[in-house]
Amino acid sequence: MKVPIETKVNNKTYKLEVEARFTLLDILREELKIKSVHRGCEHGECGACTVLLSGKPVCSCLVLAPQVDGAEITTVEGLLKDKELHPLMMAFIENHAIQCGYCTPGVIMMAYYLLNNRPEFTDEELRKGIAGNLCRCTGYVHIIRAIKAAKEYKDSGNWW
Amino acid sequence: MTNLLLGLRAIPQIEYHRPTKLREALRLLSKYKESYKIVAGGTDLMPAARRSTASLPRHTHVIDIGSIKELNYITMDDSIVRIGAATKISEIEISPVIRKHIPILADAASQLGSIQIRNLGTIGGNLCNASPAADTAPPLLVLDAKVNLKGINGQRLVPLTEFFTGPGGTILVPGEILTEVQIPITEPTAGSCFIKLGRRNAFTLSIVCVATLVKVKDGVFDDVRIALGAVAPTPIRATKAEEYLTGEGVSEPAIDEGAKVAASEVAPIDDVRASAEYRRDMSYVLTKGAISASVQQAGGKCSN
Repeated sequence: MKVPIETKVNNKTYKLEVEARFTLLDILREELKIKSVHRGCEHGECGACTVLLSGKPVCSCLVLAPQVDGAEITTVEGLLKDKELHPLMMAFIENHAIQCGYCTPGVIMMAYYLLNNRPEFTDEELRKGIAGNLCRCTGYVHIIRAIKAAKEYKDSGNWW
Repeated sequence: MTNLLLGLRAIPQIEYHRPTKLREALRLLSKYKESYKIVAGGTDLMPAARRSTASLPRHTHVIDIGSIKELNYITMDDSIVRIGAATKISEIEISPVIRKHIPILADAASQLGSIQIRNLGTIGGNLCNASPAADTAPPLLVLDAKVNLKGINGQRLVPLTEFFTGPGGTILVPGEILTEVQIPITEPTAGSCFIKLGRRNAFTLSIVCVATLVKVKDGVFDDVRIALGAVAPTPIRATKAEEYLTGEGVSEPAIDEGAKVAASEVAPIDDVRASAEYRRDMSYVLTKGAISASVQQAGGKCSN
């Protein structure tokens, strides 16, 4: 069964006819060709498909496509400013917080949400915050380092 | 798009409905009595549908209640907090009303799943999925919460203790929907505690979780409530331990004995997360810790 939906992805409005059983992940990857949203466990366990749904991080593999009718979605592409990398992405590069890269877009969306919504956090809170994003290279130390470096960018006004 | 593109675990064909009014949802339920699934956050249904076709047979009518505004609220009147069934776990976690009046529910919500899961999952879903390890259940059980079940022909208000029938089972009949959780507010002198033990420190399923609520009067246990999760076919109240402790003088030996009684009431299983034996031992340890913490919060002192 096909369902008409209207949704805003990275500030662009799309009118789509979606198959009801498709997920938000399917639509982003296969329909809109946004390949940064990674297909991982498809059970809400790994966080590789994390996107912001109306400003909040969710696993896009758990959301049926018709459920995003009227919603706004942001992926890492939405953080770019005229193709310029976001300071958060720069922090990931500078701190070697990327190994194989599979978890990276999901981790970045979660980090973006945490940094924008929690003015202060302890290391433990940060670790718990990214608990829903698995890095199978186990590169967590560098990821934590990068998010803390990004916080400094944000606090000094280098942010959008 | 083909199945090939969607991988091997694609969701089967469904008939999707997204009512915006509760009445509309109830009409759909009565119409598709034999073959519907209610979905809100999807955090339980979607993985289940991918694991086995039995969880979501082809052409099931999926009734999405997630965008029904009448089911999404947290309010307080007189001495009852009301939570709409489609309220997200993340909203319960940060709600000032819940943090102030029912902190153990906020604690349990903040330890459920990951941020991504809490942003999708709902309290109604957590209860109706009826996992023995549902983290919101033990706090709601000790708070004497009730659930409102509505069908097209009426509604019934049921104590949560009577809601669960077994793993994945509830007393909901076809055509019925859980619309609201009602929680009576306990007086501020009560102490309460929620402790969850999982295999990791975050984003983990409970091996055992316990919620306690204690009132102390003149050095004596005036009211004791204990609930445990993941140690029986349903989340349970440890009524024998409650009876044992009520009227006892507040002391460490009494708490220790009470926790032992609670551990004798559980009926855990061996599974991938833990053995039954470990679960029973931890039921004792966590109950003891939770009662002690509750006593302290209630301003009581332990005599040795």
